[in-house]
Parts: sequence; structure tokens; C-alpha cells
Amino acid sequence: MSRLTTALTIPREKLEKFQTAAHIGGVVAAVLGIVSVLVPWSYAHEPLDDVAYGGAPSPLQFNYLGLTVIALVLFAAPLVFRKPSKVRDWVAWNTGARFAGYGLLATGFVAVAAIGIESGGLINVDPGGWIALVAGVVGAVSGLLLLGSPDPSMGKIKTHSIVQIFAIAGGLAAVLFAAAFALGLSGPGAFLFYLTFAGSLALVLVRTGVFGWFAKCAADNKKIMVLAAFFVAFVFPFTQNGSDANMSIATQVLIFAATALGLNIVVGLVGLLDLGYIAFLGAGAFTSAVLSGSLYSHLNWHPPFIVTVLISGCVASLLGLIIGTPTLRVSGDYLAIVTLAFGEIFRITMNNLDGSDGPNITNGSNGINNVPELNLFGFNFGKPHVMLGIEIGRFANYFWLMLLVLAVIMVVFVNLNRSRIGRGWVAIREDELAAEAMGVNTFGLKILAFAGGAFLAGLAGAVKAHYDISVTPDQYVFLESAFLLAAVVLGGMGTVMGVLVGATILKLLPEKLRFFSDYRLMLFGLLLVFMMRFRPEGIIADERRQLEFHAEDEELAESVEEELITYHDHFNPDALTTEDLR
Amino acid sequence: MLEVKDMVVAYGRVNAVKGISFSVEKGQIVTLLGTNGAGKSTTLRAISGLLKLVSGSITFEGEPLDGVPAHKIVERGIAQSPEGRRLFRKMSVEDNLKLGAFSRKDTAGVKTDLANIYELFPVLGERRHEAAGLFSGGEQQMLAIGRAMMSRPKLLMLDEPSMGLSPIMTQTIMRTILKLQSEGVTILLVEQNASAALSLADRGYVLEVGQIMFSDTGKALLGDDRVRKAYLGAD
Repeated sequence: MSRLTTALTIPREKLEKFQTAAHIGGVVAAVLGIVSVLVPWSYAHEPLDDVAYGGAPSPLQFNYLGLTVIALVLFAAPLVFRKPSKVRDWVAWNTGARFAGYGLLATGFVAVAAIGIESGGLINVDPGGWIALVAGVVGAVSGLLLLGSPDPSMGKIKTHSIVQIFAIAGGLAAVLFAAAFALGLSGPGAFLFYLTFAGSLALVLVRTGVFGWFAKCAADNKKIMVLAAFFVAFVFPFTQNGSDANMSIATQVLIFAATALGLNIVVGLVGLLDLGYIAFLGAGAFTSAVLSGSLYSHLNWHPPFIVTVLISGCVASLLGLIIGTPTLRVSGDYLAIVTLAFGEIFRITMNNLDGSDGPNITNGSNGINNVPELNLFGFNFGKPHVMLGIEIGRFANYFWLMLLVLAVIMVVFVNLNRSRIGRGWVAIREDELAAEAMGVNTFGLKILAFAGGAFLAGLAGAVKAHYDISVTPDQYVFLESAFLLAAVVLGGMGTVMGVLVGATILKLLPEKLRFFSDYRLMLFGLLLVFMMRFRPEGIIADERRQLEFHAEDEELAESVEEELITYHDHFNPDALTTEDLR
Repeated sequence: MLEVKDMVVAYGRVNAVKGISFSVEKGQIVTLLGTNGAGKSTTLRAISGLLKLVSGSITFEGEPLDGVPAHKIVERGIAQSPEGRRLFRKMSVEDNLKLGAFSRKDTAGVKTDLANIYELFPVLGERRHEAAGLFSGGEQQMLAIGRAMMSRPKLLMLDEPSMGLSPIMTQTIMRTILKLQSEGVTILLVEQNASAALSLADRGYVLEVGQIMFSDTGKALLGDDRVRKAYLGAD
């Protein structure tokens, strides 16, 4: 990071003259931003959930205000504290300030654009909006001129564990609040504005090094962090006040994420490309629906749900075995083609099992409807319940159930990844022949991954059948497989967090930004292309993978290596006098 | 210990190894010499179970190896350090070594062996959590040998361990091989660097286009005119 002294290609000496000016420019931009929220942004009331009042900032504007204040502090601090000190170097002031400047520009731009689009023309943008945009331009230019800071040392501070735990609690509470706030926004423009704001804020936190400190707190208290994160997810329904719309989206996100985690074993850990993975979710859903006791099911056996879940998982993994056994002996591309075909065969088979020739299992394209609501231990998932004075609706019930399923899947995933089996999987991904030579039973491990991943998808499918009430073949088209794969690739192959983030982005955005749903394929395609160009390891990188993609990092590694070799040459001529010819 | 008889191995229709026979006695270092394409690596791969035999047989400690899958062969006590090292470059040194011990179930023994490898190659121990790809060629070769040793093999097969290394580094590796022999490991060594290999070897076989041309003790081969002309650059 420190090698990138500036974002521009202007030589360092020339830029040094502008440093004070850039800091002052940034301060001006931040002040402009603060002023802007006191002036109306929009003439009409609809855009951005009403930013038409002067002197009374809306909740969204208060968020924006927070960003401007952070920008002000980051730009102004180096003017005030001129001497370098240990405490000053905790934070990468300049780098942070630069990204705060970019953030001001991005939010200002989105604000003006959203107001313009949602109220039928830029004529409706009031002075406040324009001031915000100008603040953004000034801030971004100032940021560009800043020289980068040395790497922040905040991530290395030793903190008392109680403070760390409070930091975790505070951070997660902020995430919960932000999520609830974002889902409560009504217009797509407002949602996009908030997303831009949150993204900018996150970037600033990462670049200043503050996030590094949080990451250390989390890493030092892993168990507490995981439990707290689950607790936050658990209390999420309480923030929704019985709003079914958001809980429905949240549950879909969880189902999607659980399936993507299963796929992540196959794609992320073992490196097998599966283009028909949705079929395993479908297999689980159909099995669960057939065994649910629905009037449309032609099977009269109706086992308890716990048994159904396991059967669904087993049916899915049986399919995985059937498709995997002949194909996993061949490598890469063939598997992709076979799984692609398998996904379609599954859907078409489900369409044809309508009794016209052969057994009637799925009612053809009508599918199995009226899958009854789950009823576990007397708890009816279909009915709202009042807890702590807050109504918990049907969707929230399923949300909790999926959270439990997801937790199980995550535990399985993490433990497998760390185990001997996980090591074997990654070895297969890296070099299958070498793995085989080391005594790794490559075929067996690949089959295990395939069947295991399918089992997890089957579990998710079993819940999905009840959640969706009806199960039809056309829910399981190729596009869904592609989206699952996109979630894994986008979020970060081989990681749990990455896949959760990727799944959230891919499910949440189309739901919240309806205007964008017509273009979602195009936009996700573009997003993937950009990701592959700029961050191929995904949003959250697997430690093992990070090196794989960045040539400059490898160069860095090689230069370090050369240094080490000269070191050895100097002190211990016997140990390492040479380097093989690359 | 290892007995190869009339072994034929093919890639598709092309026979790469055309009926060779040789044997490795317990405690020996045996070397296979030959130019590129002579069939040395193919021979090792066939013994490891990575390639199927067209005809002929391989027996190890009196039991036939044909039809035994590769991972079972490792369990029987044959380990290979493949050509070009083929480390798992993005994985740490320690993960690489643990993968070498993949077939073993005795965790305590694996731990002792890890410590032994780190003692044998201190560089690896010092940087055990770094990615294998970050190490120099010589260090990577040490890791490749160490990884193969982690399965606690009775027979260790090394495919061109000196490839790409400087003469000094090559010497270090050869000294390591001698040390392993003195610890009771039997070694089958494939090399292009004939002088280095023959100076260690109890027995050497010279391969050309898939056939064994002649064989003798290491010392005798070092003095053999044909070997000197073809492999040692003597006129």
C-alpha cells in the first residue's frame, strides 16, 4: 500500500507543494457538505425519502452529515497535528481523507442523479443538492492531490479484551441499525444513496485503518464475534415491526446463502465448476414437498419434518453421487458441461413426472401446491406470534429456521475446511496430480465434496418448499445456478463471509431496486467483469487465495525473497548462495 | 524390495516405456539416467500408480502393485517427489508437509516427523507459515523432498531433484539424499545430472527411448565410456 504514494502519476516532488492546499480544499469541501444539508436538496418531496426541507436534515441527510464530519476530521487533522507521533500514525489520515473525498463525490453524484430521475428533471434539484455535488468534486480533487500515508498501525494496538468486546458489540449494533434503516427506506433512489454512503463509509474505515483495529478485535475474540453476529441476525426480526416484505427478502437471502455455501465447497474449495447446482436445491424442495402431506402430493407418507429434512438432503446427495461418479473422473470443462446439462435434465424431468407416461410425482409444471406450514413442537410457522410486545410474522419464523439451518451449514463448512479433508480439497484445487501423488484419494474426496455440497443444498431446499408454499419446476432454471455461482465468485471463493456478502448483494439489490430488475442480468454481468479485472479474489478474500491473483504482490514477494537471499549470502554462504533460474 | 518386470507404459498409442526391467534392493540408492523423453518420469509415475501399465508387472515387497490406486500405493510405503517439484504453491510450508502425510492416521507420529523435517531443513521451520511459492528453488526442492518424506516411505522416489538448481545447491540436495539413505530409506533417483547421481548411486540404469540400454554399479558407470560420452560431456 505504501508503495502507492499517490493515486495520480504526478511525481511526488511536484505534489508536495500542494499538500497544504489539498488539505484546505478538503476542509472546504467538508464544510460545503455540512452547509448543504441545511439547505433543501430537492424541490419535490418524493426523491430520497424527502430532502426538501431547509434547516431540518432528513435521516438520510444526517447519515451524509456523518460522512462529511469524518471527511472534515481526516482532512483537517494533519493541519492541526503537524508533527508525526506514534498516536498520529495509528490512522492513515491522508489515504482515509482521499477516500472520504471520493465518498463525498459518489454520494453527491448519486443524490443529484436520484433527485433528477425520480422527480423528472434536474430542474427539481435545489441548491443544497448542487452544493453537495460541488462539495464532492472539491473533496475528490483534494483527495487525489494528497500523498498517501504510511500504513496505519491501528490494527496492531493492544486493547483490553473488555474494550474489544464492547467494540464488537458496538460495531455489530451499528451494522444491525444500518441494515434496519436501509430496509426501511422507501424509494429506490434513497436505498441507492444509502448504499453509496455505507459503501463509502466502509471504504474510509478500511483505508484509515480503523477497520483493521475492529478486525483485530474480532480475530482476538472469534467465538464471541460469531455468537454476537448470530445474535444480531436473531434479533433482526424485532427491528422490523412485523414488516413481512423485508423479512421475506431476508429469508430468501438466507436460503440463497445456504445453497451458495454448499456450492462453495464444490467450487471454492475443490475447484470443480458446477453449473447445475440449483437442481440439488430443487431435489430437496421436491422431496420435502412430496413428504409434506400436501393435498397435491401423491404420496401418503408424511414423516415429521426433521426426518423429511434428512431425507431431502439424502435424495439431493444421491443425485450428486449419480451425476458425480461417472463425471468426476474427467477434469474441469467436461464437468461444467455435464452439470449444466444435469440441471436442465432435472427441471425437464420434474416437468414430465406428471403421470402422462410414467408415475405422477410432481404434477408436471403445476408442481406441488399448498405445502402446509411447518409445525414444530407446537410452534406454527404460518401464524404470527407476539414476542416481547412485538409481532413476529410468518416470514420471521422461517427466517429463524433458516438461520438455524445456515448455522449448521456454516459449522460443517468451517470444520471441513480446517480438517485434513479440507486440506486435501484445496490440494486438489491447486494441483490434482501432485495431490494424487501425495496419497490424496482425489476421486473419493471429489465425490465427497459433490455429495456433501448437494446434501447441504437439499437441507435448504427442504425449508424452501414450506416457505414458498408451492414447488414448481420453473423455479429451478439455469439462471438460478448462474446466480449462485455469481454469489460465490463475487463474494470470495472458499470463504464463509464472502459468500454471505455475495448472496446478500445478489438477492437484496434486485428486490430493493425494482427499476433495476429489468437490467439486473446486464448489471451483474458488468459487475462480475469489473470484479474479475480489479479484485478477482472476490470481495472477501480467502487467505490462501489472495496470492493467487495479484502479480504485483508476487513481485513484492520475489523482491523480499531476493533480499533474504542476499542476507543469507552475506551471513551464511553455505545456506543459500543461489536462486534457481526463473 | 521393488521389482519391475517387462513394464510397458503408453500415453494413448505411443509407448513411452517399452518393456523395461529393473530392481531396487532395500537400503540402496538406485538411479535411472537418461535424456529427455527416455521414459524416466513415466517409469516413476507408473510405479506411483498415476499411470496404468499396458503389460508387465511391478512388485513391491513381494506384492503386486498393478490395479492398486495411487493413494493406496502411498499407504504401502512408496512416496514420490514429482518432476518440477509440484508444490502447492499457495499453501503454507506446514500445509504442504501435512499433505505429504495425508495417508497417515497417526497424528503423534506426523508431529514428530514434522519436527524432524524442520530439523533437517531449518529454513522450512523458520518460515513454516509462509506460502511455498515464496521460497527459492533450492528451498522448494527441500520442501518437495520433505513432503515426500512425510508419508514415512520405505521407498522414496525423487524425480530430478537437481533440476534448475545451482551446482552448490545440487550438492546440498545430494548430501541430503545420502543422509536419508543412512537413515534407512531406499531411494530411486531419476536424474539428468549424471555425475551427481552416479556418485551416490549403488546401481544405475541408463534409459534411452523407453528401453534400458545397460546397467552397472554407480562407480562403474561413472567410468564407463558410453556414459561419459553421452552424459558427462567427455570426448
